[in-house]
Amino acid sequence: MSGAGTAQPMQLTLNVWRQKSPAEPGRMVKYPAKDISPDMSFLEMLDVVNERLIQAGDDPIAFDHDCREGICGSCGLMINGAAHGPMKLTTACQLHMRSFKDGDEITIEPWRAKAFPVIKDLVVDRSAFDRIIQAGGFISVPTGTPQDANALPIPKPDADLAMDNAACIGCGACVAACPNASASLFTAAKISHLGVLPQGQPERSRRALAMVARMDLEEFGGCSLFGECMAVCPKGISIDAIQRMNRDYAFAMATKSDAKEWTGAA
Amino acid sequence: MRWMLQFWDSTIGKKYVMAVTGVGLVLFAVGHMAGNLQVFMGAQVFNDYAHKLQSLGPLLWIARAGLFTMAVLHIVSAVQLTMRARAARPVDYVKRESQIATWASRTMRVGGVLLAVFLVFHILHFTTGQLHPAFSKGGAYGNVVIGFGNVWVAIFYIVAMTFFGLHLYHGVWAGVRTLGVAKPNPNPMERKLALGLAIIVWAGFIAVPVGVLLGIVD
Repeated sequence: MSGAGTAQPMQLTLNVWRQKSPAEPGRMVKYPAKDISPDMSFLEMLDVVNERLIQAGDDPIAFDHDCREGICGSCGLMINGAAHGPMKLTTACQLHMRSFKDGDEITIEPWRAKAFPVIKDLVVDRSAFDRIIQAGGFISVPTGTPQDANALPIPKPDADLAMDNAACIGCGACVAACPNASASLFTAAKISHLGVLPQGQPERSRRALAMVARMDLEEFGGCSLFGECMAVCPKGISIDAIQRMNRDYAFAMATKSDAKEWTGAA
Repeated sequence: MRWMLQFWDSTIGKKYVMAVTGVGLVLFAVGHMAGNLQVFMGAQVFNDYAHKLQSLGPLLWIARAGLFTMAVLHIVSAVQLTMRARAARPVDYVKRESQIATWASRTMRVGGVLLAVFLVFHILHFTTGQLHPAFSKGGAYGNVVIGFGNVWVAIFYIVAMTFFGLHLYHGVWAGVRTLGVAKPNPNPMERKLALGLAIIVWAGFIAVPVGVLLGIVD
Protein backbone atom coordinates (compact mmCIF):
# COMPACT_ATOMS: atom_id res chain seq x y z
CA MET A 1 0.00 0.00 0.00
CA SER A 2 2.57 2.54 1.06
CA GLY A 3 4.76 1.10 -1.72
CA ALA A 4 7.02 3.74 -3.16
CA GLY A 5 6.41 5.97 -0.18
CA THR A 6 6.74 9.06 -2.30
CA ALA A 7 3.26 10.41 -1.64
CA GLN A 8 2.94 12.76 1.32
CA PRO A 9 0.73 11.34 4.11
CA MET A 10 -2.55 13.19 4.65
CA GLN A 11 -4.02 14.54 7.87
CA LEU A 12 -7.79 14.20 7.76
CA THR A 13 -10.78 14.54 10.07
CA LEU A 14 -13.70 12.15 9.77
CA ASN A 15 -17.24 13.04 10.77
CA VAL A 16 -18.92 9.64 11.08
CA TRP A 17 -22.43 8.43 11.93
CA ARG A 18 -22.21 6.18 14.99
CA GLN A 19 -25.21 4.12 16.04
CA LYS A 20 -24.88 1.10 18.34
CA SER A 21 -28.05 -0.70 17.26
CA PRO A 22 -31.24 -0.17 15.23
CA ALA A 23 -33.14 0.80 18.39
CA GLU A 24 -30.68 3.35 19.74
CA PRO A 25 -30.41 6.89 18.40
CA GLY A 26 -27.20 7.66 16.54
CA ARG A 27 -25.05 10.79 16.24
CA MET A 28 -22.17 12.20 14.23
CA VAL A 29 -18.76 11.71 15.90
CA LYS A 30 -15.46 13.30 14.86
CA TYR A 31 -12.31 11.20 14.54
CA PRO A 32 -8.83 12.24 13.49
CA ALA A 33 -7.39 10.22 10.59
CA LYS A 34 -3.68 10.99 10.74
CA ASP A 35 -0.90 9.91 8.37
CA ILE A 36 -3.16 8.49 5.69
CA SER A 37 -1.49 7.47 2.43
CA PRO A 38 -3.13 8.97 -0.67
CA ASP A 39 -2.72 5.54 -2.29
CA MET A 40 -5.06 3.88 0.19
CA SER A 41 -8.60 3.08 -0.82
CA PHE A 42 -11.34 4.71 1.22
CA LEU A 43 -12.06 1.44 3.01
CA GLU A 44 -8.36 0.89 3.78
CA MET A 45 -8.36 4.33 5.36
CA LEU A 46 -11.31 3.25 7.52
CA ASP A 47 -9.41 0.02 8.38
CA VAL A 48 -6.47 2.10 9.66
CA VAL A 49 -8.77 4.35 11.70
CA ASN A 50 -10.48 1.25 13.10
CA GLU A 51 -7.12 -0.37 14.07
CA ARG A 52 -6.34 2.74 16.08
CA LEU A 53 -9.80 2.76 17.65
CA ILE A 54 -9.39 -0.88 18.69
CA GLN A 55 -5.93 -0.16 20.16
CA ALA A 56 -7.44 2.71 22.12
CA GLY A 57 -10.11 0.34 23.42
CA ASP A 58 -12.93 1.93 21.41
CA ASP A 59 -15.58 0.27 19.30
CA PRO A 60 -14.48 0.24 15.62
CA ILE A 61 -16.70 1.87 12.98
CA ALA A 62 -18.91 -0.80 11.39
CA PHE A 63 -19.18 -0.66 7.59
CA ASP A 64 -20.15 -3.14 4.87
CA HIS A 65 -17.53 -4.48 2.48
CA ASP A 66 -16.66 -7.68 0.68
CA CYS A 67 -14.83 -7.93 -2.64
CA ARG A 68 -13.16 -4.49 -2.53
CA GLU A 69 -12.97 -4.72 -6.31
CA GLY A 70 -16.06 -2.67 -7.08
CA ILE A 71 -18.15 -5.60 -8.27
CA CYS A 72 -20.02 -7.06 -5.30
CA GLY A 73 -22.23 -4.16 -4.22
CA SER A 74 -21.55 -4.62 -0.50
CA CYS A 75 -19.93 -1.31 0.30
CA GLY A 76 -22.02 1.80 0.31
CA LEU A 77 -21.23 5.03 2.09
CA MET A 78 -22.53 8.54 1.75
CA ILE A 79 -19.22 10.42 1.52
CA ASN A 80 -19.38 14.22 1.74
CA GLY A 81 -22.99 14.11 0.62
CA ALA A 82 -22.41 11.91 -2.45
CA ALA A 83 -23.23 8.21 -2.62
CA HIS A 84 -19.90 6.33 -3.01
CA GLY A 85 -18.05 9.65 -2.79
CA PRO A 86 -16.79 12.22 -5.26
CA MET A 87 -15.54 9.91 -8.01
CA LYS A 88 -17.97 8.90 -10.75
CA LEU A 89 -18.60 5.29 -11.79
CA THR A 90 -16.92 3.76 -8.75
CA THR A 91 -17.94 2.17 -5.49
CA ALA A 92 -16.57 3.42 -2.17
CA CYS A 93 -13.98 0.60 -2.14
CA GLN A 94 -12.54 1.79 -5.45
CA LEU A 95 -12.37 5.40 -4.31
CA HIS A 96 -8.83 6.37 -3.31
CA MET A 97 -7.65 8.91 -0.79
CA ARG A 98 -5.93 10.89 -3.54
CA SER A 99 -9.43 12.12 -4.40
CA PHE A 100 -9.23 14.18 -1.19
CA LYS A 101 -6.95 16.98 -0.04
CA ASP A 102 -4.69 17.08 2.99
CA GLY A 103 -6.59 18.64 5.89
CA ASP A 104 -10.06 17.74 4.55
CA GLU A 105 -12.95 16.99 6.84
CA ILE A 106 -14.90 14.04 5.43
CA THR A 107 -18.53 13.39 6.38
CA ILE A 108 -19.47 9.71 6.26
CA GLU A 109 -23.09 8.62 6.64
CA PRO A 110 -25.05 5.43 6.00
CA TRP A 111 -27.61 5.14 3.17
CA ARG A 112 -30.74 6.88 4.41
CA ALA A 113 -34.10 5.32 3.58
CA LYS A 114 -36.97 3.91 5.57
CA ALA A 115 -36.56 0.71 3.55
CA PHE A 116 -32.85 0.55 4.50
CA PRO A 117 -32.84 0.63 8.32
CA VAL A 118 -29.47 1.14 10.01
CA ILE A 119 -28.16 -2.03 11.64
CA LYS A 120 -25.04 -0.47 13.13
CA ASP A 121 -23.04 2.68 12.33
CA LEU A 122 -22.69 2.70 8.53
CA VAL A 123 -24.24 -0.74 7.92
CA VAL A 124 -27.81 -0.78 6.61
CA ASP A 125 -30.20 -3.65 5.94
CA ARG A 126 -30.73 -3.84 2.18
CA SER A 127 -32.85 -7.00 2.16
CA ALA A 128 -35.70 -4.95 0.68
CA PHE A 129 -33.75 -5.30 -2.59
CA ASP A 130 -33.65 -9.07 -2.17
CA ARG A 131 -37.42 -9.15 -1.73
CA ILE A 132 -37.89 -7.10 -4.93
CA ILE A 133 -35.76 -9.67 -6.79
CA GLN A 134 -37.69 -12.54 -5.19
CA ALA A 135 -40.93 -11.00 -6.44
CA GLY A 136 -39.96 -11.43 -10.09
CA GLY A 137 -36.33 -10.79 -10.92
CA PHE A 138 -35.80 -14.20 -12.46
CA ILE A 139 -36.80 -16.41 -15.37
CA SER A 140 -38.43 -19.80 -14.88
CA VAL A 141 -36.69 -22.25 -17.18
CA PRO A 142 -36.04 -25.96 -16.92
CA THR A 143 -32.39 -26.47 -16.05
CA GLY A 144 -30.37 -29.19 -17.71
CA THR A 145 -27.87 -29.44 -20.53
CA PRO A 146 -27.28 -25.97 -21.92
CA GLN A 147 -28.35 -25.48 -25.51
CA ASP A 148 -25.99 -24.18 -28.19
CA ALA A 149 -25.14 -20.54 -27.60
CA ASN A 150 -26.33 -19.65 -31.10
CA ALA A 151 -29.62 -21.57 -30.85
CA LEU A 152 -31.36 -18.41 -29.64
CA PRO A 153 -30.34 -15.44 -31.78
CA ILE A 154 -30.30 -12.13 -29.90
CA PRO A 155 -29.64 -8.87 -31.76
CA LYS A 156 -26.44 -7.24 -30.57
CA PRO A 157 -28.11 -3.98 -29.46
CA ASP A 158 -30.54 -5.98 -27.29
CA ALA A 159 -27.73 -8.02 -25.79
CA ASP A 160 -25.82 -4.81 -25.05
CA LEU A 161 -28.85 -3.17 -23.43
CA ALA A 162 -29.53 -6.25 -21.31
CA MET A 163 -25.88 -6.34 -20.26
CA ASP A 164 -25.83 -2.62 -19.38
CA ASN A 165 -28.74 -3.17 -17.03
CA ALA A 166 -27.44 -6.49 -15.74
CA ALA A 167 -24.36 -4.59 -14.54
CA CYS A 168 -26.40 -3.46 -11.51
CA ILE A 169 -24.70 -4.73 -8.34
CA GLY A 170 -27.58 -3.78 -6.04
CA CYS A 171 -25.46 -1.49 -3.85
CA GLY A 172 -28.36 0.87 -3.16
CA ALA A 173 -26.58 4.10 -4.13
CA CYS A 174 -29.58 5.02 -6.33
CA VAL A 175 -31.89 4.92 -3.31
CA ALA A 176 -29.34 6.74 -1.15
CA ALA A 177 -28.88 9.59 -3.62
CA CYS A 178 -32.54 9.97 -4.59
CA PRO A 179 -34.26 12.94 -2.90
CA ASN A 180 -37.36 10.69 -2.76
CA ALA A 181 -35.46 7.58 -1.59
CA SER A 182 -36.86 5.80 -4.64
CA ALA A 183 -35.71 2.36 -5.75
CA SER A 184 -36.85 2.98 -9.33
CA LEU A 185 -33.42 2.69 -10.96
CA PHE A 186 -32.63 -0.59 -9.20
CA THR A 187 -36.01 -2.16 -9.96
CA ALA A 188 -35.99 -0.82 -13.52
CA ALA A 189 -32.50 -2.20 -14.19
CA LYS A 190 -33.56 -5.65 -12.99
CA ILE A 191 -36.78 -5.52 -15.04
CA SER A 192 -34.97 -4.28 -18.17
CA HIS A 193 -32.11 -6.73 -17.97
CA LEU A 194 -34.49 -9.66 -18.35
CA GLY A 195 -37.22 -7.87 -20.30
CA VAL A 196 -35.14 -7.20 -23.41
CA LEU A 197 -34.04 -10.82 -23.82
CA PRO A 198 -36.14 -13.57 -25.43
CA GLN A 199 -35.77 -15.72 -22.30
CA GLY A 200 -37.44 -12.95 -20.29
CA GLN A 201 -40.51 -12.52 -22.51
CA PRO A 202 -42.94 -15.13 -21.07
CA GLU A 203 -42.83 -13.52 -17.63
CA ARG A 204 -42.28 -9.95 -18.73
CA SER A 205 -45.67 -8.57 -17.66
CA ARG A 206 -45.99 -10.42 -14.40
CA ARG A 207 -42.37 -9.53 -13.58
CA ALA A 208 -43.08 -5.80 -13.94
CA LEU A 209 -46.30 -6.08 -11.94
CA ALA A 210 -44.82 -8.08 -9.09
CA MET A 211 -41.53 -6.21 -8.77
CA VAL A 212 -43.11 -2.74 -8.86
CA ALA A 213 -45.73 -3.84 -6.32
CA ARG A 214 -42.97 -5.12 -4.06
CA MET A 215 -40.97 -1.91 -4.52
CA ASP A 216 -44.01 0.11 -3.41
CA LEU A 217 -44.70 -2.26 -0.53
CA GLU A 218 -41.17 -1.73 0.78
CA GLU A 219 -42.06 1.98 1.15
CA PHE A 220 -39.53 3.43 -1.25
CA GLY A 221 -40.49 6.81 -2.71
CA GLY A 222 -41.67 7.45 -6.27
CA CYS A 223 -39.53 8.64 -9.17
CA SER A 224 -39.37 12.38 -9.92
CA LEU A 225 -36.71 12.05 -12.64
CA PHE A 226 -34.20 14.14 -10.69
CA GLY A 227 -31.47 12.03 -12.31
CA GLU A 228 -29.43 11.76 -9.10
CA CYS A 229 -29.46 7.93 -9.17
CA MET A 230 -27.84 7.83 -12.58
CA ALA A 231 -25.12 10.29 -11.49
CA VAL A 232 -24.00 8.14 -8.56
CA CYS A 233 -24.57 4.66 -10.01
CA PRO A 234 -21.17 2.93 -9.94
CA LYS A 235 -22.22 0.97 -13.03
CA GLY A 236 -23.55 3.98 -14.96
CA ILE A 237 -27.04 2.56 -15.43
CA SER A 238 -29.23 4.98 -17.39
CA ILE A 239 -32.62 6.33 -16.33
CA ASP A 240 -33.77 5.07 -19.73
CA ALA A 241 -34.41 1.85 -17.79
CA ILE A 242 -37.06 3.63 -15.70
CA GLN A 243 -39.20 4.58 -18.67
CA ARG A 244 -38.97 1.00 -19.85
CA MET A 245 -40.19 -0.20 -16.45
CA ASN A 246 -43.06 2.31 -16.48
CA ARG A 247 -44.10 1.20 -19.96
CA ASP A 248 -43.98 -2.50 -19.05
CA TYR A 249 -45.91 -1.87 -15.84
CA ALA A 250 -48.62 0.29 -17.41
CA PHE A 251 -49.01 -2.10 -20.35
CA ALA A 252 -49.29 -5.09 -18.03
CA MET A 253 -51.83 -3.30 -15.84
CA ALA A 254 -53.99 -2.37 -18.81
CA THR A 255 -53.82 -5.65 -20.69
CA LYS A 256 -53.45 -8.51 -18.21
CA SER A 257 -56.68 -9.81 -16.72
CA ASP A 258 -54.75 -11.45 -13.88
CA ALA A 259 -52.82 -8.27 -13.00
CA LYS A 260 -54.28 -8.17 -9.50
CA GLU A 261 -53.00 -11.63 -8.77
CA TRP A 262 -49.44 -10.59 -9.54
CA THR A 263 -49.43 -7.28 -7.76
CA GLY A 264 -51.20 -8.90 -4.83
CA ALA A 265 -48.74 -11.79 -4.78
CA ALA A 266 -45.94 -9.48 -3.69
CA MET B 1 -62.10 -0.64 -15.06
CA ARG B 2 -60.98 -1.87 -11.66
CA TRP B 3 -57.41 -2.03 -12.90
CA MET B 4 -57.43 1.76 -13.10
CA LEU B 5 -58.01 2.07 -9.37
CA GLN B 6 -55.30 -0.46 -8.75
CA PHE B 7 -52.99 1.41 -11.12
CA TRP B 8 -53.75 4.62 -9.22
CA ASP B 9 -52.61 2.91 -5.99
CA SER B 10 -49.08 2.39 -7.35
CA THR B 11 -46.35 5.05 -7.49
CA ILE B 12 -46.01 4.54 -11.24
CA GLY B 13 -49.78 4.86 -11.69
CA LYS B 14 -49.79 8.20 -9.89
CA LYS B 15 -46.88 9.36 -12.02
CA TYR B 16 -48.87 8.40 -15.13
CA VAL B 17 -51.81 10.45 -13.86
CA MET B 18 -49.50 13.40 -13.28
CA ALA B 19 -48.00 13.04 -16.75
CA VAL B 20 -51.31 12.63 -18.60
CA THR B 21 -53.03 15.50 -16.78
CA GLY B 22 -49.81 17.50 -17.27
CA VAL B 23 -50.06 17.01 -21.03
CA GLY B 24 -53.67 18.21 -20.98
CA LEU B 25 -52.84 21.25 -18.87
CA VAL B 26 -49.83 22.14 -21.02
CA LEU B 27 -51.96 22.01 -24.19
CA PHE B 28 -54.46 24.35 -22.50
CA ALA B 29 -51.64 26.66 -21.40
CA VAL B 30 -50.27 26.90 -24.95
CA GLY B 31 -53.73 27.77 -26.29
CA HIS B 32 -54.34 30.27 -23.49
CA MET B 33 -50.96 31.89 -24.11
CA ALA B 34 -51.59 32.18 -27.85
CA GLY B 35 -55.05 33.66 -27.22
CA ASN B 36 -53.60 36.22 -24.78
CA LEU B 37 -51.23 37.56 -27.40
CA GLN B 38 -54.22 39.01 -29.27
CA VAL B 39 -54.08 41.80 -26.69
CA PHE B 40 -51.33 43.27 -28.90
CA MET B 41 -53.83 43.48 -31.79
CA GLY B 42 -55.94 46.09 -30.05
CA ALA B 43 -59.00 46.33 -27.82
CA GLN B 44 -61.50 45.38 -30.53
CA VAL B 45 -59.83 42.09 -31.48
CA PHE B 46 -59.14 41.08 -27.85
CA ASN B 47 -62.66 41.88 -26.60
CA ASP B 48 -64.19 40.01 -29.55
CA TYR B 49 -62.01 36.98 -28.74
CA ALA B 50 -63.03 37.12 -25.08
CA HIS B 51 -66.67 37.44 -26.06
CA LYS B 52 -66.41 34.46 -28.42
CA LEU B 53 -65.03 32.31 -25.57
CA GLN B 54 -67.73 33.51 -23.17
CA SER B 55 -70.50 32.67 -25.64
CA LEU B 56 -69.43 29.04 -26.06
CA GLY B 57 -72.12 28.18 -23.50
CA PRO B 58 -72.13 24.55 -22.38
CA LEU B 59 -68.84 23.91 -24.21
CA LEU B 60 -67.17 26.47 -21.97
CA TRP B 61 -68.39 24.64 -18.88
CA ILE B 62 -67.30 21.28 -20.23
CA ALA B 63 -63.84 22.71 -20.84
CA ARG B 64 -63.77 24.25 -17.36
CA ALA B 65 -64.87 21.00 -15.74
CA GLY B 66 -62.18 19.11 -17.67
CA LEU B 67 -59.46 21.57 -16.67
CA PHE B 68 -60.59 21.55 -13.06
CA THR B 69 -60.58 17.75 -12.95
CA MET B 70 -57.11 17.57 -14.50
CA ALA B 71 -55.75 20.16 -12.08
CA VAL B 72 -57.21 18.33 -9.09
CA LEU B 73 -55.84 14.96 -10.21
CA HIS B 74 -52.45 16.54 -10.91
CA ILE B 75 -52.33 18.15 -7.46
CA VAL B 76 -53.67 15.15 -5.54
CA SER B 77 -51.12 12.77 -7.07
CA ALA B 78 -48.34 15.32 -6.48
CA VAL B 79 -49.30 15.71 -2.82
CA GLN B 80 -49.56 11.96 -2.27
CA LEU B 81 -46.22 11.26 -3.96
CA THR B 82 -44.57 14.06 -1.98
CA MET B 83 -45.87 12.66 1.29
CA ARG B 84 -44.68 9.22 0.27
CA ALA B 85 -41.22 10.58 -0.56
CA ARG B 86 -41.02 12.36 2.81
CA ALA B 87 -41.98 9.14 4.61
CA ALA B 88 -39.42 7.15 2.62
CA ARG B 89 -36.55 9.01 4.32
CA PRO B 90 -37.48 9.54 7.98
CA VAL B 91 -33.89 10.39 9.02
CA ASP B 92 -32.31 12.88 6.65
CA TYR B 93 -28.65 13.25 5.79
CA VAL B 94 -26.44 15.72 7.63
CA LYS B 95 -24.98 16.41 4.22
CA ARG B 96 -26.33 15.56 0.78
CA GLU B 97 -25.00 17.26 -2.32
CA SER B 98 -27.14 17.50 -5.44
CA GLN B 99 -25.33 15.84 -8.32
CA ILE B 100 -27.13 16.54 -11.59
CA ALA B 101 -30.68 17.40 -10.49
CA THR B 102 -31.67 20.68 -12.14
CA TRP B 103 -32.88 23.66 -10.11
CA ALA B 104 -36.14 23.30 -12.01
CA SER B 105 -36.62 19.73 -10.78
CA ARG B 106 -35.83 20.69 -7.19
CA THR B 107 -38.39 23.54 -7.24
CA MET B 108 -41.26 21.48 -8.72
CA ARG B 109 -43.04 21.18 -5.37
CA VAL B 110 -42.63 24.73 -4.11
CA GLY B 111 -43.29 26.06 -7.63
CA GLY B 112 -46.39 23.88 -7.86
CA VAL B 113 -47.79 25.35 -4.64
CA LEU B 114 -47.09 28.87 -5.92
CA LEU B 115 -48.88 28.03 -9.19
CA ALA B 116 -51.93 26.73 -7.31
CA VAL B 117 -52.11 29.98 -5.32
CA PHE B 118 -51.59 31.90 -8.55
CA LEU B 119 -54.46 30.07 -10.29
CA VAL B 120 -56.90 30.95 -7.52
CA PHE B 121 -55.79 34.60 -7.62
CA HIS B 122 -55.87 34.69 -11.42
CA ILE B 123 -59.45 33.40 -11.63
CA LEU B 124 -60.67 35.83 -8.95
CA HIS B 125 -58.76 38.58 -10.74
CA PHE B 126 -59.55 38.26 -14.45
CA THR B 127 -62.41 35.72 -14.66
CA THR B 128 -64.79 36.55 -11.81
CA GLY B 129 -63.33 39.96 -10.90
CA GLN B 130 -63.59 39.90 -7.07
CA LEU B 131 -59.90 40.76 -6.72
CA HIS B 132 -59.92 43.26 -9.59
CA PRO B 133 -60.11 47.00 -8.74
CA ALA B 134 -62.44 47.92 -11.64
CA PHE B 135 -63.70 44.72 -13.25
CA SER B 136 -66.02 45.15 -16.21
CA LYS B 137 -67.82 42.18 -17.69
CA GLY B 138 -67.18 42.13 -21.42
CA GLY B 139 -64.33 44.62 -21.16
CA ALA B 140 -61.47 42.14 -21.17
CA TYR B 141 -58.97 44.56 -22.71
CA GLY B 142 -59.64 47.25 -20.14
CA ASN B 143 -59.49 44.66 -17.35
CA VAL B 144 -56.02 43.63 -18.48
CA VAL B 145 -54.72 47.22 -18.72
CA ILE B 146 -56.14 48.22 -15.32
CA GLY B 147 -55.22 44.89 -13.69
CA PHE B 148 -51.58 45.10 -14.69
CA GLY B 149 -51.56 48.84 -13.95
CA ASN B 150 -50.76 47.68 -10.43
CA VAL B 151 -47.03 46.99 -10.64
CA TRP B 152 -47.11 44.43 -7.81
CA VAL B 153 -49.83 42.41 -9.50
CA ALA B 154 -47.85 42.46 -12.75
CA ILE B 155 -44.69 41.34 -10.92
CA PHE B 156 -46.63 38.53 -9.22
CA TYR B 157 -47.82 37.33 -12.63
CA ILE B 158 -44.30 37.50 -14.05
CA VAL B 159 -42.82 35.59 -11.09
CA ALA B 160 -45.56 32.95 -11.23
CA MET B 161 -45.07 32.48 -14.98
CA THR B 162 -41.32 32.15 -14.46
CA PHE B 163 -42.00 29.28 -12.06
CA PHE B 164 -44.44 27.90 -14.62
CA GLY B 165 -41.64 27.95 -17.22
CA LEU B 166 -39.37 26.06 -14.80
CA HIS B 167 -42.22 23.64 -14.05
CA LEU B 168 -42.51 22.94 -17.78
CA TYR B 169 -38.75 22.67 -18.28
CA HIS B 170 -38.69 19.71 -15.90
CA GLY B 171 -42.29 18.54 -16.20
CA VAL B 172 -42.55 18.20 -19.98
CA TRP B 173 -39.30 16.23 -20.14
CA ALA B 174 -40.08 14.11 -17.08
CA GLY B 175 -43.68 13.54 -18.19
CA VAL B 176 -42.62 12.15 -21.55
CA ARG B 177 -40.15 9.84 -19.77
CA THR B 178 -42.71 8.80 -17.16
CA LEU B 179 -45.10 7.77 -19.92
CA GLY B 180 -42.25 5.74 -21.38
CA VAL B 181 -42.48 7.29 -24.83
CA ALA B 182 -39.15 9.14 -24.93
CA LYS B 183 -36.54 7.81 -27.32
CA PRO B 184 -33.71 6.16 -25.38
CA ASN B 185 -30.92 8.72 -25.27
CA PRO B 186 -27.21 8.33 -24.47
CA ASN B 187 -27.63 11.63 -22.63
CA PRO B 188 -31.05 11.14 -20.98
CA MET B 189 -30.96 14.50 -19.18
CA GLU B 190 -31.12 16.29 -22.56
CA ARG B 191 -34.42 18.12 -23.07
CA LYS B 192 -34.48 20.36 -26.11
CA LEU B 193 -38.26 20.05 -26.64
CA ALA B 194 -39.03 20.89 -23.02
CA LEU B 195 -36.63 23.83 -23.04
CA GLY B 196 -38.12 25.25 -26.24
CA LEU B 197 -41.69 24.83 -25.03
CA ALA B 198 -40.89 26.31 -21.61
CA ILE B 199 -39.28 29.40 -23.15
CA ILE B 200 -42.13 29.94 -25.64
CA VAL B 201 -44.85 29.58 -23.00
CA TRP B 202 -42.97 31.72 -20.45
CA ALA B 203 -42.23 34.49 -22.96
CA GLY B 204 -45.76 34.41 -24.35
CA PHE B 205 -47.36 34.73 -20.92
CA ILE B 206 -45.11 37.43 -19.48
CA ALA B 207 -45.40 39.46 -22.71
CA VAL B 208 -48.82 40.73 -21.58
CA PRO B 209 -47.91 42.16 -18.12
CA VAL B 210 -44.57 43.38 -19.52
CA GLY B 211 -46.43 45.01 -22.43
CA VAL B 212 -48.74 46.85 -20.01
CA LEU B 213 -45.84 47.92 -17.78
CA LEU B 214 -43.95 49.28 -20.79
CA GLY B 215 -47.03 51.08 -22.05
CA ILE B 216 -47.22 49.08 -25.30
CA VAL B 217 -50.70 47.93 -24.25
CA ASP B 218 -52.78 50.83 -22.91
